[in-house]
Amino acid sequence: MRAWLLSDAPASRRQARLGRLYAGWLTFRGNTLAMVGLAILAALVLCAAAAPWIAPQDPYAQDLAMRLKPIGTPGHLLGTDSLGRDILSRLIWGSRTTLYIVTLVALIAPVVGLLVGTVAGYAGGVWDAVLMRITDIFLAFPRLVLALAFVAALGAGIENAVLAISLTAWPPYARMARAETLTIRNSDFISAIRLQGAGPVRIITQHIWPLCLSSLIVRVTLDMAGIILAAAGLGFLGLGAQPPSPEWGAMISEGRRFILDHWWVATVPGLAIFTVSLAFNLLGDGLRDVLDPKSGGSK
Amino acid sequence: MSLLDVENLRVSFDTSQGVVEAVRGISFSLGQERLGIVGESGSGKSMTGRAILRLVRPPGRVEADRIALEGQDLQSLGERQMRKVRGRRISMVMQDPKFSLNPVMTVGEQIMEAYLLHARDSRRAARRKALEMLEAVAIRDPERVMKAYPHEVSGGMGQRIMIAMMLIPDPRILIADEPTSALDVSVQRKVLSIMDGLVRDRGMGLIFISHDLNLVSEFCDRVLIMYAGRIVETCDAARLHEARHPYTRGLLNSLPRLDAPRARLEVLARDPAWAEGG
Amino acid sequence: MPQAATRRGRPAAPLAGLPGRVLATLGSLAVTVLGLLFVTFFIGRVMPIDPVLAVVGERASPEVYADARAALGLDEPIPVQFWYYLREVAQGDFGMSLLTARPVIDDIARVFPATLELATLGVLAGVVLGVPLGVLAAVNRGSWIDQIARLVALVGYSMPIFWLGLIGLLVFYGILGWVGGPGRLDVFYDGLVPTVTGMILVDAALAGDWTVFGNAFSHIVLPASLLGYFSMAYISRMTRSFMLEALSAEYITTARVKGMSEWRVVWVHAFRNIRVQLLTVIVLSYANLLEGSVLTEIIFSWPGIGYYITNALLAADMNAVLGGTVVVGTIFIVLNMLSDLLYKFFDPRAR
Repeated sequence: MRAWLLSDAPASRRQARLGRLYAGWLTFRGNTLAMVGLAILAALVLCAAAAPWIAPQDPYAQDLAMRLKPIGTPGHLLGTDSLGRDILSRLIWGSRTTLYIVTLVALIAPVVGLLVGTVAGYAGGVWDAVLMRITDIFLAFPRLVLALAFVAALGAGIENAVLAISLTAWPPYARMARAETLTIRNSDFISAIRLQGAGPVRIITQHIWPLCLSSLIVRVTLDMAGIILAAAGLGFLGLGAQPPSPEWGAMISEGRRFILDHWWVATVPGLAIFTVSLAFNLLGDGLRDVLDPKSGGSK
Repeated sequence: MSLLDVENLRVSFDTSQGVVEAVRGISFSLGQERLGIVGESGSGKSMTGRAILRLVRPPGRVEADRIALEGQDLQSLGERQMRKVRGRRISMVMQDPKFSLNPVMTVGEQIMEAYLLHARDSRRAARRKALEMLEAVAIRDPERVMKAYPHEVSGGMGQRIMIAMMLIPDPRILIADEPTSALDVSVQRKVLSIMDGLVRDRGMGLIFISHDLNLVSEFCDRVLIMYAGRIVETCDAARLHEARHPYTRGLLNSLPRLDAPRARLEVLARDPAWAEGG
Repeated sequence: MPQAATRRGRPAAPLAGLPGRVLATLGSLAVTVLGLLFVTFFIGRVMPIDPVLAVVGERASPEVYADARAALGLDEPIPVQFWYYLREVAQGDFGMSLLTARPVIDDIARVFPATLELATLGVLAGVVLGVPLGVLAAVNRGSWIDQIARLVALVGYSMPIFWLGLIGLLVFYGILGWVGGPGRLDVFYDGLVPTVTGMILVDAALAGDWTVFGNAFSHIVLPASLLGYFSMAYISRMTRSFMLEALSAEYITTARVKGMSEWRVVWVHAFRNIRVQLLTVIVLSYANLLEGSVLTEIIFSWPGIGYYITNALLAADMNAVLGGTVVVGTIFIVLNMLSDLLYKFFDPRAR
C-alpha cells in the first residue's frame, strides 16, 4: 500500500493525487505541534458530536442550592455557575456552538472571497477595478466595530454574529484568490485548455479554483483562531448566542461578576477558547509548511 | 612567499537528507597573480571564495588543513581578528550590484563606510578617498554618484562602485565572484579591464570565479577547473587549449567559435569518476 | 490583526511621481470613507427599530406619523437621504444620543482621549518590546530566544483578550493588589486636575500633580500592558519575518565582507532596510489597537470610545453607535492610508 502510494510513476490520476496527499501527510505527521493541534480539534469534534452522552448533567438544569460550587465538587467536576448549572456540561455543549459558528464562517467568507477574487482576476478590466475597489474598502474597515454595528442593526444572535464576522472576513481571501488567478491565468496550460474550447466558467471552476484551494485552506485555518476569538468577543458582549444557551464567550461574561470570589466560573470557558484557537493556530502553521512551503516562517 | 595557501579545504552542509559536500578537499596557492576558478553552477567555486573569508553561514561547515594569508594561519584567528582580515586584506566583489549594494544607503555612505571601518581617519578624508576611488573606476561625475542610491545607477556603474568600495581599504587579495555575469555583454569587458588595471597597479592577487572559460582565459594567468567540489585540472591560461582532462575539453568544445563553426555544439559529458578522483 | 500583511502590493497607481501617488492615496481615502458612510447609512436604514416611532411614540395617529416621517426626511428617495446624511456628517452632526441626551459628537470628543491614551501606551509597549524581540529572534533563528518569540506570538494570537484581562484583574488587583482596579482613577482623585487634553496622565503631568498621575498610572498600567502584549505579539512576528528576509539579502554578505561587526551588520545594514516596513506595521498596529480596545475597555470599565459604543449598542442608541462607528472607522482608514503613504515617502526605492 505504502509503495503504491509513494510510487514515482503513478498509473492513474487518482493514484497520483492520493500519493501526493500521503506524502503531504508524512511531512505533516513529522510536525509534532501540528499533530497536537489536530488531536485537540479531533477531540473537540468528538465532544460536540457526543455531547448528549458524555455531558454529566443537563446544561440548562438550574440548582440554586448548588450555586457557585468550586472545582472538584462531587458531581460537578469543574464547579457550577451562578445558577447552579454544571460548568463541565455547559462547556461540552458549548463546543457545538463554537463549531457551528466556525463552520458557517469558514463556509461563507472564503467562498465569497474566492468568487470575487477569481472573477476579478479572470475578467480583468472594469470588473477587476470595481470588485477590487470594493474589496479595498472592506479591507480598510475596522472589523470589530463594524461587526458590532452590524449586529446592532440585525439584532443579537448566533446567525447574525456569523453574518457580521463573515462580512468583515472575506476581503483577504478575495485579494489572495485574485493574485493566484492572475498568475494562473497567463500560464501556458490555461491557454491550452482555452484552445480546446473551454469557456471561462469551466476554466474558473475546474482549473483555477482547485489551484487556489491549498493556499486558501491554510489561510482559513490560520484565520479560524481569529474567528473564534471574534465570536467569543461578540458572545461576551452579549451580542452572540443568547442566554441560556451555553456559549463560551457568554459564559465568561456571566462569570465576570464573580471573578474576584469565584474565579473558576470565568476562567474555565476562557481556557477552552484559548485551547481551541491555539489548536487552530498550530494546525494552520503545520498545514502551511506542507501545502505552501514558500511562504513558511513568517506569519 | 605566496599570498594565500589553501590546503584540503572542505565545505559541507548538514541537511535533513544527510550531509552534502559542496567543496571536497581542494588545495591551491595564490601569488601576485590572477587565478581563475572555472566550473559550472554547483561545482563549489563560489563556496570556495566564501569559505576563505569564513562567510559560510550555518548549517554550512568549513574544514581545512591550512588556510594561510601571507604565512599567517587564518583558522586560528578569532571572529574579531577575522573582521580585520575581511575587507582590509581580502575583499570580495559579488555577482549582481542590484543585490549586493545596500538599497537604502547612498553610494557615498557605503564606500566611506568601507574605508572608515579599517582606517582611523576623518569623514572628510574618507570622502576625499571615496571620490578618488570613484574616479579610479572611471566614474565621470563622482560628486553626483556619491549622493545617489544604488537603484539610481546602471548595472555596469553599480559594479564599478562595488569594485571601488572593495578596493578602498587597499586589500592584498580580491575575490571576484562572477563579477560580470549579471551585466550587459557590452559593459562586461570595460568593467573587467578597470578591475584588472587596478589589481595590477596595486600588485594584488586576484581570484576570478566564473563559469565563462573564454573570459577567464583572457583575464587570468592560471586557471583551476572545478567539478563537483574538486579541482580536476590546473593549467596556464595561455595553454588552456592543451588541457587534457575530458571535463575541461568538454567545456571548451561546448563553446561556439567563430573561427571554427559547427552545426551542433557538443553536450557536456559527465563522468561520476571525475568527482571521485582528484 | 494578521490581515495587515496582505495590504502591501496593491496594484500600482496609474499616476506617476510622488505627488501623483499622494493624490491617488487621498482619492482612495475619500472613496473608502464614502464606502464606510454608505455602510453606516445602510445599517441605519435596515435596522429593525423604526426611527419615526422613536420620535412620535407607539400610539401616534397616521397623520402625525406621516408628518414626523417627512420632517425626518424619510419620505425622500434613498440617494437624497444619503446626501442629507453626508451633509450632516460633514458638519459633525451625528444626531443626539438617547442615552446621554447630548449631541453624539460631544460625547465622542469627551470619551476619545481615554481610548487614545490607552492605545498609545499599548502600542509604545508593543514597539519597545516587540521590535527587539523580533530582531533577536531573526538573528538567532532556531535558538531559545526564537522559540520564546514564537510562543509569545502564538499565545497572543490564540488568547481571548477579554479573558486575559479578567485574569489580570483577578491576579494583580484582586489577589496581589499591585495595581488599581477598573476605571481611570480612584473616585477620590476624580476631577482634581483640570481637563486639558482629556488624557489624565498628560493632564496630571501638566498640572504637576504627581499623586493623581501615580493613581492614574496604577489604573492604566494593566489594560495598557494587555494591549501592549497583543501589539507586541504582532509586531515581533512581523519584525522577525522582515528581518529574516533582510538578513538573507546579498548586501548583508557585502557588509560582512567589508569587515563589519555583526552588531553593525544587523542594526545598521539590515535594520535600515526594514525601518519603513516596520513603521507601516506599527501604524497599522496602532489603528488596530484604537479599534480593538473595545473589549479591553469593557473589562476595565475604561470610559473610552469602545465602552461608549458598546453601552450605546446595548441601549439601542443607534445614533451613538453609528456616530462612533464613523469616527473610529475614519480614524482607522486614515491611519491605514497613512501607513501606505509613509512607505512611499521614506523608502528611497519607492521615491
